[in-house]
Amino acid sequence: MKMNPRGMYAIYRFEIARAARTWLQSVVSPVVTTSLYFVVFGAAIGSRVEQVQGIPYGAFIVPGLIMLMLLTQSVTNASFGIFFPRFTGNIYEVLSAPVSYLEVVIGYVGAAATKSLILGLIILITAHLFVDLPIQHPFLMLFFLVLTAITFSLFGFIVGIWAQDFEQLQIVPLLLIIPLTFLGGTFYSLDVLPEFWQTVSLFNPVVYLVSGFRWSFFEVSDVPILVSLGMTFLFMLLCLALVWWIFRTGYRLKS
Amino acid sequence: MAPILTVKNLDKTYESGFQALKDINLNIEKGEIFALLGPNGAGKTTLISIICGIVNSTGGSVTVDGYDIVRDYRHTRSRIGLVPQELTRDAFETVWATVNFSRTLFGKPRDDAYLEKVLRDLSLWDKRNNQLRTLSGGMKRRLLIAKALSHEPSVLFLDEPTAGVDVELRQGMWETVEYLRETGVTVILTTHYIEEAELMADRIGVINQGEIILVENKRQLMKKLGQKQLVLQLREPLSSVPAGLAAYSLSLGDNGESLIYTYQTQSAQTGIDSLLQDLGEAGIRFTDLHTTQSSLEDIFLDLVNG
Ligand SMILES: Nc1ncnc2c1ncn2[C@@H]1O[C@H](COP(=O)(O)OP(=O)(O)O)[C@@H](O)[C@H]1O
Ligand SMILES: [Mg+2]
Repeated sequence: MKMNPRGMYAIYRFEIARAARTWLQSVVSPVVTTSLYFVVFGAAIGSRVEQVQGIPYGAFIVPGLIMLMLLTQSVTNASFGIFFPRFTGNIYEVLSAPVSYLEVVIGYVGAAATKSLILGLIILITAHLFVDLPIQHPFLMLFFLVLTAITFSLFGFIVGIWAQDFEQLQIVPLLLIIPLTFLGGTFYSLDVLPEFWQTVSLFNPVVYLVSGFRWSFFEVSDVPILVSLGMTFLFMLLCLALVWWIFRTGYRLKS
Repeated sequence: MAPILTVKNLDKTYESGFQALKDINLNIEKGEIFALLGPNGAGKTTLISIICGIVNSTGGSVTVDGYDIVRDYRHTRSRIGLVPQELTRDAFETVWATVNFSRTLFGKPRDDAYLEKVLRDLSLWDKRNNQLRTLSGGMKRRLLIAKALSHEPSVLFLDEPTAGVDVELRQGMWETVEYLRETGVTVILTTHYIEEAELMADRIGVINQGEIILVENKRQLMKKLGQKQLVLQLREPLSSVPAGLAAYSLSLGDNGESLIYTYQTQSAQTGIDSLLQDLGEAGIRFTDLHTTQSSLEDIFLDLVNG
């Protein structure tokens, strides 16, 4: 046996089935939450702030909101996927199976990315119901979605291996991802900030995601699109390196 | 025939600096039932975990069917089924989904007929649509066995299969092991219940403080180290062993109602002849007598205490 695609697929399928089992929580709830954002922010604020960078406010916030959901869902999903078997003790099975680390990662991260990607698309379609939404570069937009879903699922996988209990598992999305997204230009353009905070924002990786993603819709952005792409890749490489290190050292998986 | 499992000079020192295994050497033959017997903390789980790929060794090597567990891990792991010591915590998937998952995770194509047979053999077929969290403790343990068997392993590890299991279920586990023997699977089980090793295994390895003290065919082990006891029911109770009989290893039982003589079955002279003669001369009469074989428990205590 050179490779074990069946084993990889078993993990993938198991994770997808988990979402199907809990579809209310994993599909309906994020869609409803995001729709509420559309309504509350888009309608309430949008009636006062007409346009940002020449885009109607209601439409302006859509890419950021999709990113917010994509990031939190990717991290939550991927981290839970690997944390739960660690918690139940079932991880022994994956560790003792003839699957390579790469296959394990592809199974778990692939499934999490698939799920958040599907969610992202559902929300994109939902957004069309609320606002008039042009997409200038649909392929780039999709590419960004896929790249972000994979990158943050990788990040979630790392969180799920690092976390020692459920509290730590929830801390990262709550105390890291959501603030970074809110401060990452989801609801505003960076040039409304004082210069100092603009500079600080450039250390926030989410800024590059939101900016690049928004550019694929409206061709307006806070940072050049290539910089956005570059930074996203950089973050993905960082996560990959960490995952590689985890398996090399057996960190929190093997003694 | 080449052994199916070979452990050579295996060492394990945990990161804490604790050495859990010291130079372990072991060969397991195809088709046998091998019991690894040792007290808590002896290193049984560590040894199994290394062979299965859950823990990294710090020295030595292990081969399964000629394949190295590190270099050829896909070969070795696909041949091994593991039933862990700890029951896993509750999960939400169904029995059927989980055995299917186990099978495909190990790279085997779906085979519903085979999985049905496994579930039926382990009396879990009726529960196939139940979520795991609805199963009782005994069923969970059997499900872990079903999961381990789902990919048709040739070697099965049962880590303390009856720990925390009540008497009735323990009986069931013994029957399960018997059933495994018939299917031709090599079974390596750990236990700290000596009766269990005695009951189920063909060969027994005794492990203590990370070292294998001995490996022996069960019968030979019993014979080699067996002590017997001769129990004499006394006509009149004694308050102490008469001084004249101090040369014999005697003790009183049943509040002095019986006299117990311990002797080595292997020694040329058991001393029974002369004991009976000396008893007669001392005027000690008895109404009945029988002998008992020492259990592995006693043997084990002897071994561990040097
Ligand atoms: N991850 C670990 N780190 C440090 N010591 C460990 C670890 N796991 C087990 N040990 C120690 O190794 C010894 C052997 O443990 P184990 O193999 O579980 O024994 P057994 O299964 O025979 O009861 C014990 O003293 C235990 O405390
Ligand atoms: Mg143990």
